[in-house]
Amino acid sequence: MLAFIIQRLLQAVVVMLSVSFVSFALFQFVGDPINNMVGQDATAEQRELLRERLGLNDPWPLQFVKYVGNIVQGEFGMSYRVGVPVEDLIADRLPATIELVLVSALLALLIGVPMGVYTGLNRNSWLSRLFLTISLIGISLPTFVIGILLILIFGVWLQWLPTFGRAGVVDLGWWTTSFLTLDGWRSLIMPSITLALFQLTLIMRLIRAEMLEVLRTDYIKFARARGLRNRAVHFRHALKNTLVPVITITGLQIGSLLAFSIITETVFQWPGMGLLILQAIQFVDIPVMSSYLVLIAFLFVLINLIVDLLYFIVDPRLRLDSLGRGAH
Amino acid sequence: MNSQHDILEVNQGLIARLVDSFKRAQDSDLYYSFRRSPVIVSAFIITMIMFFAAFLAPWIAPHQTLDLKTLDLMNAYLPPAWEPNSDPNFLLGTDDQGRDILSGMMFGLRISLGVGFASVIVSAIVGTLLGLLSGYLGGRLDSFIMRVADVQLTFPAILIALLIDGIVGSLLPKAAYNELKLYVLVLAIAASQWVNFARTVRGSTLVEKNKEYVQAAKVIGVHPFWIMVRHVLPNVISPVLVIATLSLALAILTEATLSFLGVGVPPTSPSLGTLIRIGQQYLFSGEWWMTIFPSSALVILVLAVNLLGDWLRDALNPKLR
Repeated sequence: MLAFIIQRLLQAVVVMLSVSFVSFALFQFVGDPINNMVGQDATAEQRELLRERLGLNDPWPLQFVKYVGNIVQGEFGMSYRVGVPVEDLIADRLPATIELVLVSALLALLIGVPMGVYTGLNRNSWLSRLFLTISLIGISLPTFVIGILLILIFGVWLQWLPTFGRAGVVDLGWWTTSFLTLDGWRSLIMPSITLALFQLTLIMRLIRAEMLEVLRTDYIKFARARGLRNRAVHFRHALKNTLVPVITITGLQIGSLLAFSIITETVFQWPGMGLLILQAIQFVDIPVMSSYLVLIAFLFVLINLIVDLLYFIVDPRLRLDSLGRGAH
Repeated sequence: MNSQHDILEVNQGLIARLVDSFKRAQDSDLYYSFRRSPVIVSAFIITMIMFFAAFLAPWIAPHQTLDLKTLDLMNAYLPPAWEPNSDPNFLLGTDDQGRDILSGMMFGLRISLGVGFASVIVSAIVGTLLGLLSGYLGGRLDSFIMRVADVQLTFPAILIALLIDGIVGSLLPKAAYNELKLYVLVLAIAASQWVNFARTVRGSTLVEKNKEYVQAAKVIGVHPFWIMVRHVLPNVISPVLVIATLSLALAILTEATLSFLGVGVPPTSPSLGTLIRIGQQYLFSGEWWMTIFPSSALVILVLAVNLLGDWLRDALNPKLR
């Protein structure tokens, strides 16, 4: 197991290094940072001096090492567009995205799991068929269309909910939250449903398929033969064994939620990371783009690592297996 | 005279063969399972109607929306023909520039489908080739390609396409932007999808390469390249068709999403996603038709292609028969 963890860690480091190389290369090949820093009338000498002082004349491997060093210390450079350190921009935007993603993930799990269990247990009831049909539509509807439909129905026609922005934000100093006010929650409803819907259908379908699979196994038949109540069979024996793949997929889906939050944030003008990167792409703001690349890769690698380790914690068979065979 | 006669005869032979293969297709299992499901037949018909509407748009669209000279601002913001204050010339209404929504959708569909097909073809070719090489040759190349694929699979396709498209798009010179942007978009979407093809083809190549016919070809000294292309490839190609269908739906969605975000197709060639993006701004002032019709077209197209892909997967899977 230890060997497995070390191998995974090494892989993670390799992935992070290659991603930071790509984002470093962006700096090298797109535009001239000096042009973005000095005025129009700077002389060639002044430019050369600045170039030397910033270390831009160093060979690129040395520059790359410095770049990685800066990233590790949390320094991502200055945004070309707004002239603010990128890490400040990110710290400003991150809470909005994290809260949105968190609420959506909970929503997807709290609704998706019961729906999946229900459709798995009652295969042929009309409600299951309804759920399945809805989930097919949910998979085919692009995220932005869901958002637009919600805005049209609940924002424009019924006028129940605010249609854009993050309202009722409370500043806690190091974190801004919309969890503490009613307005904040109201502004969260539509974006989080939009973001959750696809994951919800995915989790439901996954649990359903796993339940169908597990219910066919011998130990379920044996549990029934022992005279256990349906509840105990379904939830203690069946559901518990479906959870391993569900945890894995959910972990990976948190990554997708981060990616799809770009779309949701655009539709609802939610001031998070997604909107930040989109504006950066439109304005060719290289420092923001490359920092986003590094940060998102880091989050993905972290989530994957946690999911890999969760495998061992959740499923005792895997631990036994790797003990039996020695190293992985 | 004589040569004309020959051509006629060749043609007759060809027609006879076509009729023959058509008859055989009618007898096949695939056609049978197609006919049996009304959902699939309607999905097929809808897809075909959309393909034709897109392909023939320049000839059958009621208005030439891409031609700026034909636009009249007097026609802007017209609702669909069944609403009050509408103009029967514009069946589904007009947008803020006085463009006919229906014609705009047909031209938009043309671009959406064009980008979708092009990126699926590119990713299918690249993915199949890499999968074939990876599976047949094995070794370092295999573990390298598959490691890259593993890493890429952990990132959502939309994010990869967005980043590639955004980064490469920002590198383009301003002058060539509109022309090159479409190609960049195609490549970005293709790059986000090759993995599915590569993994599947690699899997079936691993099975095929140990079979006797490959051994036989090796023994008589056929060059590995020709074994791969002429012997292994035909036997691993059928799942590619299924993945390509499902990928088409995904590619259309990815393109629409990127265009909706404003980083996809250039403004000179508006796709369905661009139309939705434009229409979204008028949602609050009540002009719902600018968004709802293009969105519906997109959803129906994706749903139909997805249904066809699912059906094809099940119909071609011998285990489910």
